[in-house]
Amino acid sequence: MTPVAETRLLRQSAAAWGLVTPMLLLIVFCFIVPLGAMGVISFSPSEGGTLLPGFTLDAYDSFLGDPFYQGMIFRSIQLSVTVTALALLVTYPIALFLHRLESRWKSLLVVITVAPLLVSAVVRTYGWMVIMGDNGWINAVLRFVGLPTVRLFNTYNGVLIGMTEILMPYMALGLIAGFNRIDPLLEEAAASLGASPWRRFVRVTLPLSVSGIGLGCLLCFVLAMSAFVTPSLLGGGRVFVLATEIYDQAVNSLDWPLAAAMSMFALILFTAVLVLYNRLSRRWESL
Amino acid sequence: MPANPFLRAGRAAGITLLYLFLLAPVFPVVMMSFTNDPYIMFPPQTWGIEAYFNIFHNAAFVTGAETSVVVGIVVTLLALVLGVPVAYAMARLPLIGRDGLLALFTSPLVVPTIVFALGALLILVTIGLLGTYVGLVLAHLVLVVPFVVRILLTALNTLPSDVEAAAATLGAPPLRVFTRVTLPLLRPALLAAAALSFLVSFDEVTASLFIVGSDIITLPVALFRYTQNHTDAQIAAVSVVLILVTLLAVLAVERSVGLMRGLGR
Repeated sequence: MTPVAETRLLRQSAAAWGLVTPMLLLIVFCFIVPLGAMGVISFSPSEGGTLLPGFTLDAYDSFLGDPFYQGMIFRSIQLSVTVTALALLVTYPIALFLHRLESRWKSLLVVITVAPLLVSAVVRTYGWMVIMGDNGWINAVLRFVGLPTVRLFNTYNGVLIGMTEILMPYMALGLIAGFNRIDPLLEEAAASLGASPWRRFVRVTLPLSVSGIGLGCLLCFVLAMSAFVTPSLLGGGRVFVLATEIYDQAVNSLDWPLAAAMSMFALILFTAVLVLYNRLSRRWESL
Repeated sequence: MPANPFLRAGRAAGITLLYLFLLAPVFPVVMMSFTNDPYIMFPPQTWGIEAYFNIFHNAAFVTGAETSVVVGIVVTLLALVLGVPVAYAMARLPLIGRDGLLALFTSPLVVPTIVFALGALLILVTIGLLGTYVGLVLAHLVLVVPFVVRILLTALNTLPSDVEAAAATLGAPPLRVFTRVTLPLLRPALLAAAALSFLVSFDEVTASLFIVGSDIITLPVALFRYTQNHTDAQIAAVSVVLILVTLLAVLAVERSVGLMRGLGR
């Protein structure tokens, strides 16, 4: 490179850095610094809502050492894994249907599938309260046909159903992105070589859609673990999960070190899941 | 396509059922909004459209909606003002450290909102900005930045740079090329980014619940608090209005760039 070209490149890069600096300041001061402060506070001693200087592991001890919280962590992970599995089960047929569809309505159907994620979680949770409430649609129908009513509102199962539906669009997003990467020629080749539709699906389409399944499951699991609105409204204060507990400790009990320790735990868990996901997807791609 | 008509009918029925499940919450919300029942009853006991008038006398909803609209507009404008130069620098200039910066700017998407919400609460308490518009705008801004950067960057990368090169060869200075050529070509992406960032800010509830304090309130926060104690038709009426607003925004995005691309995945 000639010296002139080099100085020109450096000058352009400096100009480029000038253009990104405002955004960099925003992300550093409004995103990185708050997360760092949270980490520091999780190790701070506190008394009656005021933080004291010093270093302590008290918050982690009272969080990870308490059987109530241990049960809550287990239940949160169990709920998130179940929601993810259910969402995959009910969304995969839709995504496959959209993938195979050849119609001018296709893009409209894709929008209908994904757009619910833009509708406020409060609104959609309220819809589920009307369906699953003690005097809601399901129980009205059960009563009408003379069957015993079921209790879904304020229960673990109610939260499970509501969250599955609310996370479906995110699963669809991952699956559709995965299907879009499949070369349609491969499926046609399998068909023209005489593979039955079922065999074609199991041996060609399903393996090729694994990357989409991985992406959708990752999205769903992370969102399920951090979901707050649905468990707290559908659970009615009787279903305790990590996210509702963080809110309760931070806003109602004002035990900031404890809330911060819980968030740090969530952050570490997500990082672990993300690393695992990257490892698995790289191994799968190299197969 | 399977030849067996029973198989085909069964599959169509299955897909319809799954779609009904996906859209299930919409139907009861619309129905409830046309009742006057004080709580959830099925079938509804009384019908009417009073709820649509009552919500305008609910102080929390009205001030919440005002706050949400104002914050949404300010956040959207700031996100574009910060996002356009970033996308331009990343797509058109030799930016050293580009990949690291892109990962950093999209990282708020990866970190769970509840974790960021607590971090925002703790820092805002420390600097005395809890329950202020400034705190709310900054927190929402962080959450919409990943979408805006991704949409604008994708748009700039797919935009042919020949036209810009032609304008430059004809002697237009870089700034003029940008304002007269690049920006107009970018208009659909700008509209999509604006619509999406307004929607994300307008619908944001988790971080807002942590940082609104007791002095200000946004519409989703008002809605959340109301739903904790009431299940009457008012909440349904607000929900229907919100669904309609979302629908309009989605249609605008879909017409200009396509929703899937707009979501940047």
